[in-house]
Amino acid sequence: MTITFRTETFRDDFTFRNSPAGIRRFPFPFHEDGYMYSVNIEPHRPGAPGSVFEHGFDVDEHYVAEMADRALVLAEDPLRCQALPHMDLASWDYLELVMTTKARDYPELFTLETDGDRWHWTNRPLGIDDRFTFGVTSTLPCPPLEYIGRQTQGDHCLLDQRDNNLWMDAGMVTTQADWSLDFDIGMNFFEWHAPVPLAHEMGVFQRAIKFLTSIPQGQPSRRLNWTLTVNPRLDTSPENYPKWGPDKLTVTPDTIGEKMHLRVELQTFWRLPRSNALVFPIRCYLLRFDDLVTIPKWARRMHRVIRDLPPELVTYKGMSRYHPMLVEWLAAHDDGAPTSPGIFPD
Amino acid sequence: MSSTARALAVTVADVIEVTPLVKRFEFVSTDGAPLPPFSGGAHVVVELPDGDHLRRNPYSLMSSPRDLSRYAISVRRDDGGRGGSRYLHEQVVPGMAMTISAPVNLFALDLRARKHLMIAGGIGITPFIAQIHQLSGGGAPFELHYKARSAPLAAYMDDLAARHPGAVHACCSDRGEDLDLDTLLTTQPLGTHLYVCGPERLIAGVTARAAALGWPARHVHVEHFAAPPPGLPFAVRLAASNLSITVRGEQSLLEAIEEAGVDAPYLCRGGACGQCETAVVACDGTLHHHDHWLTDAQRETGDRIMPCVSRFTGRLLTLDR
Repeated sequence: MTITFRTETFRDDFTFRNSPAGIRRFPFPFHEDGYMYSVNIEPHRPGAPGSVFEHGFDVDEHYVAEMADRALVLAEDPLRCQALPHMDLASWDYLELVMTTKARDYPELFTLETDGDRWHWTNRPLGIDDRFTFGVTSTLPCPPLEYIGRQTQGDHCLLDQRDNNLWMDAGMVTTQADWSLDFDIGMNFFEWHAPVPLAHEMGVFQRAIKFLTSIPQGQPSRRLNWTLTVNPRLDTSPENYPKWGPDKLTVTPDTIGEKMHLRVELQTFWRLPRSNALVFPIRCYLLRFDDLVTIPKWARRMHRVIRDLPPELVTYKGMSRYHPMLVEWLAAHDDGAPTSPGIFPD
Repeated sequence: MSSTARALAVTVADVIEVTPLVKRFEFVSTDGAPLPPFSGGAHVVVELPDGDHLRRNPYSLMSSPRDLSRYAISVRRDDGGRGGSRYLHEQVVPGMAMTISAPVNLFALDLRARKHLMIAGGIGITPFIAQIHQLSGGGAPFELHYKARSAPLAAYMDDLAARHPGAVHACCSDRGEDLDLDTLLTTQPLGTHLYVCGPERLIAGVTARAAALGWPARHVHVEHFAAPPPGLPFAVRLAASNLSITVRGEQSLLEAIEEAGVDAPYLCRGGACGQCETAVVACDGTLHHHDHWLTDAQRETGDRIMPCVSRFTGRLLTLDR
């Protein structure tokens, strides 16, 4: 398998595009013509070849450009990557998980050679060739979470497990849907989920914490989450709200297809065996509406989901300003035909 | 949504008599690959196929988390138990193929601790040995107090004391030694975490004193070694599977469910983790709860049971399984 890495931007001139194959492999998040919260967690088992579920850590055509965007965010705001002192072992745990998984799944892109604690890592797409001692931070160019986070698409939260709870005690977060690591660091599972409407009353988080704290090593799980983003911007952070908030004012019936993007997070959950922490990678995929409606099943379903969304979720997902306009635009792409079950195109 | 750790194929590399009552079993992976990494305090569930009866018993790993070439457990022979330890002591020899689970940790170190204060009773020493290995690579200091009936019965005491002078303190009742718990618990630096593993009486005593002396509950960690107690046979209806089974006296309810071919989740098999919690549909008799998971209110309601350790007497127990 060869991946042609795109040269593109996620800011300013927004040259991000999905290739035709990239559109078809997009993880469309709705398995039926409606949406409500659920603990929609399933085993993160290898999925269909070519799909985003094929490997534990998906590498796609946006890899190199996303890592360049991350470097820009970190240069402006180093606090996007933080690890409390007790999370050092978990950081190494995660580095090991990513390196062993990627070297196994993408041998033409990544190579890991180990001789006891002496490791040799080659990342060909990013031109990295480093030798270091596993567990010894001074042998890496930067701390282990930052090192591997700069080479892995998606955000990465390391959750310490204590007191039957999970604690956001380390992370690398630059492609987030309007939440802040610097604000959430040190919070527990219920605290950082406090702003989510409806789900607390439904008992979703109580059931989720019981499941998550029991995840065994080698048996990761996954779920999809979604929102909408104006322009293909990865860094929609509270810190930078003045830069992207006004984009919402640019949405008109004429610009929806070009500017509006379905933003899907492939969230996975893995036990880190050396530290007993959990890692929660949140991988962001973007799909512009003009591309989305080229898949007839997705066009019909997207209209029905957005049209019937509970008002609390319209507000929480930040689309109050243009919700009626969206429904009208999507209605033109829904011929009323029935849709097949499941998320994949027909 | 429930979890069960995956299975590992291992070969018994060595069986070593540590004391007259304790044997150490060392496992290597059958395919020669390194075993999965783990953290100090983790346990594995060992499958013990004793004739027709498949037991699955949890044992703490005591080997170093940095040595993945082999795992070690130590097992105290319990002739009054259901037979798992007797099977290991009498039947398991080097070269045997066995199945164990991947490690699961329900007794992890709190790595924020400024100091780790450990209190072990008897064979409850095993998780601490792995944790001490983990801490030896750098990290906060530890102090271990190890209670045993006598020095000859205190597995690994001499070795631990020799390798960690000043940090390991033996307390043997036959020498008239006793732990001065109140002094110990009132002279620790701020940020100390307390860990207790051993007999129920020790755990209850230490946690009660710690609470009375003002220790925050979040700084006190315990590992219950709750083995499923034997009892009288009883009849169970598995409503969801449409099966009727009988739980034998030396068998746990969970083992009987598994023997019937019904998939049931578990992680600890010691009544601590909550994974096997099962709804009671009807109960014509009395539930005997032996777990550390259900609250008193839940026990009073009687609408659920932890089949890994709990039992029943009466005419028929009907479960949603």
